[in-house]
Amino acid sequence: MKIGVFVCHCGENIGRTVNCPEVSKACASFPGVVHSEDYKYMCSDPGQNLIKQAIREKHLDAVVVGSCSPHMHEKTFRKACASAGINSYMVEIANLREHCSWIHEDIAEATKKAIDLMRFAVERVKFNHPLQTIKVPVTKRSLVIGGGISGIQAALDIANAGFEVVLVEKEPSIGGHMSQLSETFPTLDCSQCILTPRMVEVYQHPKIKLLSYSEVENVEGFIGNFKVTIRRKAKSVKEELCTGCGLCAEKCPIKKKALSEFDEGLSNRSAIYVPFPQAVPNVPVIDRSVCTYFKTGKCEMCKKVCGREAIDFTQQDTFVTEDVGSIIVATGYKLYSIEKKPEESIYKGYGEYGYGKYKNVINGLQFERIASASGPTSGEILRPSDKTEPKKIVFIQCVGSRDESKGFSYCSKICCMYTAKHAMLYKHKVHDGEAYVFYMDIRSGGKNYEEFVRRAIEEDHVNYIRGRVSKIYEEDGKLIVKGEDTLAGLPVVIEADLVVLATAMIAQQEAPKLAQTLNISYDKYGYFQEAHPKLRPVETNTGGVFLAGACHSPRDIPESVAMASAAAAKSLVLFGADMLEREPIIAKVDESTCAGCFYCQKVCAYNAIEKKEIRDRQGNLKKVVAFVNSGLCQGCGTCNATCPSKSIELIGFNDDQIFAQINAFAEV
Amino acid sequence: MEEKFEPKIAAFVCNWCTYTGADLAGTSRLKQEANARLIRVPCTGRIDPVFIIKAFENGADGVLISGCHPGDCHYNAGNFHARRRWILFKNLLDFIGIDSSRLYFSWVSASEGKKWVDIVDGVIDAVRIKGPFKQYKKMNKEIEIPVAVEEGVSVK
Repeated sequence: MKIGVFVCHCGENIGRTVNCPEVSKACASFPGVVHSEDYKYMCSDPGQNLIKQAIREKHLDAVVVGSCSPHMHEKTFRKACASAGINSYMVEIANLREHCSWIHEDIAEATKKAIDLMRFAVERVKFNHPLQTIKVPVTKRSLVIGGGISGIQAALDIANAGFEVVLVEKEPSIGGHMSQLSETFPTLDCSQCILTPRMVEVYQHPKIKLLSYSEVENVEGFIGNFKVTIRRKAKSVKEELCTGCGLCAEKCPIKKKALSEFDEGLSNRSAIYVPFPQAVPNVPVIDRSVCTYFKTGKCEMCKKVCGREAIDFTQQDTFVTEDVGSIIVATGYKLYSIEKKPEESIYKGYGEYGYGKYKNVINGLQFERIASASGPTSGEILRPSDKTEPKKIVFIQCVGSRDESKGFSYCSKICCMYTAKHAMLYKHKVHDGEAYVFYMDIRSGGKNYEEFVRRAIEEDHVNYIRGRVSKIYEEDGKLIVKGEDTLAGLPVVIEADLVVLATAMIAQQEAPKLAQTLNISYDKYGYFQEAHPKLRPVETNTGGVFLAGACHSPRDIPESVAMASAAAAKSLVLFGADMLEREPIIAKVDESTCAGCFYCQKVCAYNAIEKKEIRDRQGNLKKVVAFVNSGLCQGCGTCNATCPSKSIELIGFNDDQIFAQINAFAEV
Repeated sequence: MEEKFEPKIAAFVCNWCTYTGADLAGTSRLKQEANARLIRVPCTGRIDPVFIIKAFENGADGVLISGCHPGDCHYNAGNFHARRRWILFKNLLDFIGIDSSRLYFSWVSASEGKKWVDIVDGVIDAVRIKGPFKQYKKMNKEIEIPVAVEEGVSVK
């Protein structure tokens, strides 16, 4: 076998700590290597041409490239080699950048390691076989999980391109957190006014199937061919009969018992309810935990008043399965509740700011509801305890965020902007009021963002105090806020009527569970992980699963919308082709040695192992062996490691290839 | 003068979590010691116990295996099979004369670049204290004796 070796300097990225000419020279002496050279940028056009030229001139059978991570440019080099006539699976990548030059400082050590990594790859490639990609059809439908602004945007983009979308929302209505907001920064336009038309568009779109009050239960399959099971939670209302007249909610006798989730607990709702008047779909659900009928078996008031006979107390959760080709995850965020330690969390949590203890200490979303025209106070700024107008209001930023000792080390990103907005809205409505903002830094990067904050300070005279608040306690109906002005070097005491905490945005509690269902990665905070921080920000490591919005990291509305459109575009790229190419990394059975013990079947997570009968010419059964269904096999190789007779091997990662690498370890 | 002992570590890592986590460590320029050599497998479930023995046989002073956190496996359950396999395998290692404390396991996700660096450096430090792994090499020599005799070389 004639092997060509190519060592990339990656500009200075590899070349600075790895002596590439020396690596190339060392590789030239490896058995089987007939060509070895190094070049500044192997992935560039001239670099690729070097490889192609060498393949043609020296009739190479295999190529080893020492460059960046295979996750980065394996495809590039495979394509280049294929165009020069060798099978793209006869290419191996040695990771000299992420796993060597970038993590080591000593040139001698790094160079030695680079030579070892090259040797591993050269030894391995000797056992590579030419492979053909597997072609699979694409289901040109998309699943969007989460019906907030990100999910709505992604669903509309895909549907408007002419493809079907299944939109799953766990709450009774789509709209997400954006529907709770009063006004939006930096334009102060009304959130509902720009959102609700889109919600209606989703509902009326012929290509969008909206499944509200539903959750993703299970996901099987792979890119282009997912099979998703969705739990449709029992609404206790027949959706197809309900006209959304609202009489049931009006007549429900337990009006005051349940707290409204939409108003963040600042108002009450009935047991049968729609979260808010503009809800989409405008179909109520019964909260069985508070409903008198479900608790005592008596009442049925809603059933009596419903002229359409839409109420159905016997309804059960149902399951539907949907075939889709791509999945967009847009599950959003929640606010860090600082009243107590988050459940099952390693974080200590605040307690001293009195949230949950003092009625007049509220969080940002609660202030949004108070400031909203559709909120519990109809937009009048009234404090929760006695419904009076607060004359002094204190906003505290970075509660839980940028705080490694008690909260989360990351910046929640949107709080600087929404606090400025809150202070402004307050000043616009309470002209004689005083607003104070405690901040650590003002982070207002974004179009017209800095100007917006300056406007709050200069035009609306909001008092910005740089420093932290150490304590809040209640005295004679006032909240005594004690803090420090670090610029003046003085302690500050403010007798406030209302305190608004800009608590951290955190990942949804169910995010890790959903990540496991989808087989995607998540970070230590529960935010979903992108495939590459710069170049693949909306893709995940699992093909066909994309991310949109605040489920990835804290982000504001324009960023979420942009990310959602990007995720939609990525889905549409998939739908552009009729057939998808899949890596041919799947298991294969050697039928002559397979003893038919079917241990492989027991460990296979995909039910990809079937039984195959071997018969002689007369039709007599000789033996039963394992058979791999190539459509189901995902190529994990657990069967390969389990098989006692080594009769099943994972193509592309077979024993010969891995042992070749291990044997090469002897020369390290 | 005796040369300072630098351990050789063979690391078997899964493609989806730890390999990507190690990539992230690189992208973040987190410095680590250069003693470990990574061998990429699709899933920790692919790791045959024989790989580990072979790695020791080929001169590894320590072996590190790392994959996705339990429950987060890209292939649903590969890491669970791997974990079960190692529980049994560790006892066997001691039986065949390999100090099982030279074998390390960890779970490192794609977002845990820093954790990966800490683990690699930790394993290197621990093995450096243990010293070189000679048992297997000694055994290999003993097995080679008859060959040497055949060639007429006197071996003590």
